[in-house]
Amino acid sequence: MLDTKLSSVQRKKADKYFSKMKSFLLGVQGNNGFLFKICVYGLLIVIGFVYLFPIIYMSSYSFKSLEDLLNPLISWIPSTFYMENYEVAYRVLDLFPTLIETLYVTVIPSLAQTAVAAVIGYGFARFEFPFKKILFGLVLVTFIIPPQVLLIPRYVFFNEMELIGSILSFLLPALFGQGLNSAIFILIFYQFFRMIPKALEEAAHLDGAGNFRIFLTIAIPMAVPAIIISFLFSFVWYWNETALASLYFGNELTTLPIELGKFNATFDQMYTGDTEADNINEGISMAGTMLSILPLLIVYFFTQRWFVEGVDRSGITGE
Amino acid sequence: MMKQMTLKKKKSLMGLTFLSPWIIGFIVFTAFPLFYSLFLSFQQVKITPNGIQTEFVKFENYMYAFTVDSQFTQVLLTFLRELLISTPIIIVFSLIIALLLNQPIRMKGFFRTVFFLPVIIASGPVITDLMEQDVTSIPSIEEYALFATFLSSTDGFINTVLTYLMDNLIIILWYSGVQILIFLAALQKTDRQIYEAAKIDGASNWECFWKVTLPTLYPMIIVNLIYTIVTYSIFALNPVVDHIQSNMFEVSTGFGYASALSWVYFLVIALVLAIGVGTMAVRGNKKYR
Repeated sequence: MLDTKLSSVQRKKADKYFSKMKSFLLGVQGNNGFLFKICVYGLLIVIGFVYLFPIIYMSSYSFKSLEDLLNPLISWIPSTFYMENYEVAYRVLDLFPTLIETLYVTVIPSLAQTAVAAVIGYGFARFEFPFKKILFGLVLVTFIIPPQVLLIPRYVFFNEMELIGSILSFLLPALFGQGLNSAIFILIFYQFFRMIPKALEEAAHLDGAGNFRIFLTIAIPMAVPAIIISFLFSFVWYWNETALASLYFGNELTTLPIELGKFNATFDQMYTGDTEADNINEGISMAGTMLSILPLLIVYFFTQRWFVEGVDRSGITGE
Repeated sequence: MMKQMTLKKKKSLMGLTFLSPWIIGFIVFTAFPLFYSLFLSFQQVKITPNGIQTEFVKFENYMYAFTVDSQFTQVLLTFLRELLISTPIIIVFSLIIALLLNQPIRMKGFFRTVFFLPVIIASGPVITDLMEQDVTSIPSIEEYALFATFLSSTDGFINTVLTYLMDNLIIILWYSGVQILIFLAALQKTDRQIYEAAKIDGASNWECFWKVTLPTLYPMIIVNLIYTIVTYSIFALNPVVDHIQSNMFEVSTGFGYASALSWVYFLVIALVLAIGVGTMAVRGNKKYR
């Protein structure tokens, strides 16, 4: 009698422990258990490592001297922080003049693209006019037309106007809403202006403000997040564009990614006959790659919140 | 009545004013070039000191592309195969990452930053450099004996697919930065109450995913599908793009032939998009509506 009572008490206790363990490991709702969390973190860390692997590799190799590169015992951490690679890469890329030129040909078109996309997006979001749906459809269609189809006629056109090798060959399409991925930015502003309430604008309208004034003094200040997002994305996309840039800019203008593409050739030109560093090695070319992405990494470091949250805020997923 | 009409007219005029830069730009920089390149694709183009001279050659450029220029058909087929392999991987992968990031975890911001990083740095030359260093494949996976025996035992097609995957996996995954964020934004907007209701009805996590999450994400899958196909096909490293640009300045082929190639390419991409989006939309309608 006593025996069975004791065992039932024990069993109850054991049950309690068991269920506690279970809820600790598996969770009550299925997604807050310990095992589940381990899985999520584990997967994220492993995938994150694979994701970052090329960048880690790049930064590790860029600090390796020739001896370290040849030494099979040294895999990740170089024996000394060898800065020579960066010095060579710096000279080959001609870093600061190139950087300034790159900023010149990316920032200006990005600003133009953002401003124009804001105007167009506002037009679509706030006004009714005939053929609006068709025009909006055409905006979206421009996104899927590959630039290669438009490349040759535009090239011929710019050539005729003697705009090849000038920033205008990037700036003009951007100014008229036909720049790189312009459709996305128009869509972002369209969604954004549709989300913000009309009341303030209507009030200003009753007070006698004109449409342009309302746009500039009321709509634009409210659209600051969309402006920042569009500018940043536009900046990065223009920066990384090399196929169009190398064609339109000819030999007049250059960007860091284009210079990186010509890295080996420039290196050979600069160092032929030089006994000390007559061959390009992995360290030097990784240092060059590193230097060319460094400005973007710095920008990303300070603005990553905008990039990452941008897609949420832009309302591209629809409300 | 009269006044209302004029007000309406005034409003629509205002709208068109806001749109005017785009309309002008569309005509000058998109519509006209589009037709001009279509026109050029039927011409033999010669560049003379007096400007461009064209000569109508009917479908010769297109015939040449598919019969004589074996390189073009080859790169086009390679591109199509890689696109068909990569797109599903990118979409599924970004969906998985978005689901993981949507869990209540710490350091969410850090992980999002990591997964978006490739979008920032992935320009053509950077990726070329990394590919040359062989760091775009999963570290030393091909050295494993198991994998090697598996490769040698399979037949040609699967073999090429697998080798391509192993060699380029990281680059393929690097394409998914924007897609992850789009999925994540959509996931965060889904109403929690739907899940709670499903849970009360006894649905497991697994069932929740298939019956609740996936249907709500369906429109975003189509958006991401379009985005992936477009960005994949206009990327600077694409062999087809390279082939088109190299033919532009070749004396024997020139602008006319390059235009024809770019139109073929455009039509192929449009076809892939139409098929992809079409099947997704039809399946979505059947299943979820």
